[in-house]
Amino acid sequence: MSATLQLEIVTPEAVFFSEEVEMVTLPGVDGQLGILPDHVALMTQMVPGEMTVQQGGRDRSLVVGEGLVEITGRRVSVLTILAIAAENIDAAKAEETRLQAEAKLRERLSSEEVASVNAVLIRSLAQLNVWQRHHS
Amino acid sequence: MLSTHDILRQIQSIRGTAQITQAMQMVAASKMRKAQLAALAGRPFMHRLYRLQRKAVTQAVDFSHSLLDVREVRKRAVILVAADKGLCGALNSNVFRLATEFDITSTVFITAGRRATQFVARTGRRLVAEFAYADAPKYSEARAVAACACDLFVKGEVDQVQIVATRFVNTLVQQAVSIEFLPVGKITGLPMAGMESLESELVDNTPEFKFEPSPAVVVGYLLSHYLNIYLYQVLLNAKASEQSARMVSMQNATENANKLIKNLTLDYNKLRQGNITNELLDIAGGQSGSA
Repeated sequence: MSATLQLEIVTPEAVFFSEEVEMVTLPGVDGQLGILPDHVALMTQMVPGEMTVQQGGRDRSLVVGEGLVEITGRRVSVLTILAIAAENIDAAKAEETRLQAEAKLRERLSSEEVASVNAVLIRSLAQLNVWQRHHS
Repeated sequence: MLSTHDILRQIQSIRGTAQITQAMQMVAASKMRKAQLAALAGRPFMHRLYRLQRKAVTQAVDFSHSLLDVREVRKRAVILVAADKGLCGALNSNVFRLATEFDITSTVFITAGRRATQFVARTGRRLVAEFAYADAPKYSEARAVAACACDLFVKGEVDQVQIVATRFVNTLVQQAVSIEFLPVGKITGLPMAGMESLESELVDNTPEFKFEPSPAVVVGYLLSHYLNIYLYQVLLNAKASEQSARMVSMQNATENANKLIKNLTLDYNKLRQGNITNELLDIAGGQSGSA
């Protein structure tokens, strides 16, 4: 067995994932970021999108929200506001959230409200994208 | 001398109080469970975020951020977090005792919770802003408080921001704490699991981090979220403490009321029995007199 990475995904609600994995691919601000063991120590920002985790030769997919990633040799810790396994995405709910957010954006809003609604919109879009990819 | 009627009336009134405190105890108990879960669930995230903050801030050399600016402390702001209501034991007064330790002339207050505002007004301290937080504190409420504090700090109106609030330990133990908020740096007033070794680790051997896209962007993003989540966690802790303290104090009140009722019922029965005996004696006396 080759070297592994300790991947930890923590959301404000819970420790979502904490296991040994072989590889992680995550949506960095500058594009997809593939991380293998002994990666250079790095701190970076993550955007909403799809994260792929290779564990035991199998790929698992999950959708993540914006967040921060800290990589040190054998550890990857991801702090994000949202993490859902691809198979658990509730597409109907995400679609509803998307429509609500879009409707809200048409109203007159303060810049702060626009930012928070936009964040919700981007998050639901990320969920829908991942869901579609796994159901097509 | 109390009549049996007086005692009965007292018993009834205490029974009414006991019913109210019992109801409040139940309400607090259900809110407490939710608040405790929320406060505990957020801790791992907060701890990791704090660790990241320490690493990022100590690593990102030749880089400055207005929220990291350490100045000589001439003026200070205190974010005072207390409950909206009393009836929760010594919870509020413990927090206020800590708050009185700050010099009254050079300290301004930002309050969360009605009792905190009342305290600041009553003791003649300076209030700059007051905020409310709901039974289930919202992230937006925390963000508003954090934004206000950051604003004061960045404008240079204060050189330091402290938080005085209650930390939730368990249902029976809540601890009033005074902790550092701004400038962003080391938090010493708060026990966090696994944090003892962190500072020495930072000094000893930290791998040189690369930041992507740049230290300024990553640290800026980190700090903007860090402070909001930090304050959110403070509010969740305060709420969990408040509901726990209220549950316990209402439970005590109900127990006391029941004890009083028991004693009064005993008095009532004694008095009633005494009266009956007296009446019997009177009747017996009357009979022997007429015979």
